[in-house]
Amino acid sequence: MATAAAAAPRTSGIRFGRAARRYGWTIAVYALFAVLMVVTLIIKPDYGAFEWNTLTLAALPLAFAATAQTIVVLSGGIDLSVGPLMALANVLALRAMLGHDLGYSLIVALIVLLEVTLAGALNGAIIVLTRVPDIVITLATSFIWAGLALLVLAKPTPGVPFDFQNLAQGSTLSAWIPNALLLLLVIPLVWIPLRRSRAGLAIYAVGSDRNAAFRSGVNLGLSRVLAYAVGGFFAACGGLALSMTTGVGSPLAGTYYTLSGVSAIVLGGVSLAGGRGGMLGPVAAAYILSLIPAVLIYLGIDPNYGQMIQGVLIVIVVMIGGLGVVLRRA
Amino acid sequence: MSSRAAATARIVQQNSIIVLIALLVALAGLIEVIRPGAVNANWVSNILEFAAPLGILAAGQTLVVITGGIDLSVANVATAAAYIMASQAPFGVTRGIVAGLLVGVVVGLVNGVGVAVFRVQPLIMTLAMGLVVTGTLNVYSQAAVRSVPGVPAVIHTLGSGTVLEYVPVSLFLWAVLAAVLIIGLRGTGFGRLLYALGDNQEATRLAGVRGWQVLLTNYMACGLLSAVAGIVLAGTVNAADLSLANILLLPSVAAVVIGGTSIFGGSGSYSGTAVGALILTVLNSVLTLLDVPDAVKQVLYGAIIVLLAAAYTRVLGRD
Repeated sequence: MATAAAAAPRTSGIRFGRAARRYGWTIAVYALFAVLMVVTLIIKPDYGAFEWNTLTLAALPLAFAATAQTIVVLSGGIDLSVGPLMALANVLALRAMLGHDLGYSLIVALIVLLEVTLAGALNGAIIVLTRVPDIVITLATSFIWAGLALLVLAKPTPGVPFDFQNLAQGSTLSAWIPNALLLLLVIPLVWIPLRRSRAGLAIYAVGSDRNAAFRSGVNLGLSRVLAYAVGGFFAACGGLALSMTTGVGSPLAGTYYTLSGVSAIVLGGVSLAGGRGGMLGPVAAAYILSLIPAVLIYLGIDPNYGQMIQGVLIVIVVMIGGLGVVLRRA
Repeated sequence: MSSRAAATARIVQQNSIIVLIALLVALAGLIEVIRPGAVNANWVSNILEFAAPLGILAAGQTLVVITGGIDLSVANVATAAAYIMASQAPFGVTRGIVAGLLVGVVVGLVNGVGVAVFRVQPLIMTLAMGLVVTGTLNVYSQAAVRSVPGVPAVIHTLGSGTVLEYVPVSLFLWAVLAAVLIIGLRGTGFGRLLYALGDNQEATRLAGVRGWQVLLTNYMACGLLSAVAGIVLAGTVNAADLSLANILLLPSVAAVVIGGTSIFGGSGSYSGTAVGALILTVLNSVLTLLDVPDAVKQVLYGAIIVLLAAAYTRVLGRD
């Protein structure tokens, strides 16, 4: 990094250094993804559009889970109920869509998005009003959402309308640009206008220094509730993505996505202390975390190792990140 | 706040354990109202038996929360310890128990190294280690164990046997551990260092404390206690499957919070947590008596924890 900066002309050198510091982690995450893809191609030379499509399908719900967690963490909170919120959206959608056509399903999807956004906002409102730490409230509400999901649907049930599933499962544009990849566009469509707005800036401000934000006239409570609401919206997207990619309404699908979502944002370079990070890193991290089990299968290794390797990878990544902090201090 | 309210808050603050016990008695009273005659010696014995594993699991959690951390791997560790204990027991019960406890110590060590040396946020470190433990356990169960292992008789007695008809054997273990924790936290240098670290790590460092050694030991203690809890739980339910203790993760944190230990660290006690574990167990018993479906039970459980935590924070004026 230093040599590259020195080689470049002086003024752009400063700019490059700053950009490298700011986006370095994100770039590293994309590089890691690229390396993993190359490794995959070496292991499995006939890796084709079908496998790529499978990967995008597996990564879609996780990418949304990571996005939902990111926005909450940026505001200085943490939402351990992302997974159950996804499961709730997933089963609500299935119950209402069962046996209907695409138009009806889309209306259902919109209503589900609204409902689960409100559930997310409720998370935030409870935290702000009771002043109980985020982690305690969302751990408790995770039980509430999971219980509600079980009430809506007692056991995994197939029956998501095929036209609705095809929104994610097909490849309308080209074989290498599956719909599941295009659906990720929902993230920038919501996120970029939000980040550029006053409200988005306020979310970053609240996350990085609550006192300073308060003294600058930011409405702390409102900003935090907004972050949780947007988190709920993305969790709903994740639940609908689950409906599309699996075709099943599954009330217990949640647990995996809470943990993996947090893993993805840590790998994606979002600071758990709040106020620092973006959406690009976590989405790439979601792809990395989804690619690992596939690579294991190509290698002929028991996919049961997947969870273990995911955990080890995260431990190593956060330890390296932590080491950086320790060394800078020393 | 009016002066009367302030006075109430002060009384509650200074005697939070009494308030908690009052809540416990009120819940038991509620059960008696719902079903007269339900609260008898047998019921108390059952409550204590089921509260013991949770209380021990929450003991580890209390130690970590006092230092300002959180351990989200306690339930995974408990499950893994119980499973490995049961699968190794055919080669000797002692070997099984040692192997199970070792799981807790090793995972605690790794957690401790991550948090204390590499300065990883406890939430992330323990979440990731939880993944590693569960993943490894799955691999182990497929590779090394052909069938679901049975629980050895000694552990079964430890978890669900009774003395004098009504006193659960596990209560003795719990009582000993509780005494060690309560006295250790208040009366030893190590205990006081935990509070100091939770209150202000920088000040503790400037005072010449090697904080990382304390934290490392603490996470190992938490791992060990989780393993003990898992083994006792395996005895209580007389089974050691791959998701044995996983449902106890939220209750372990909830017991600590209800017991009055600040999630930000620096204050709290194990006596509060122990009563918190009893309250949660009685609450579960209330919900079971009401005969509500599991899903509703889950919703109510979550809602009540929100209410309890909110009431507690409100009364104590903490944030």
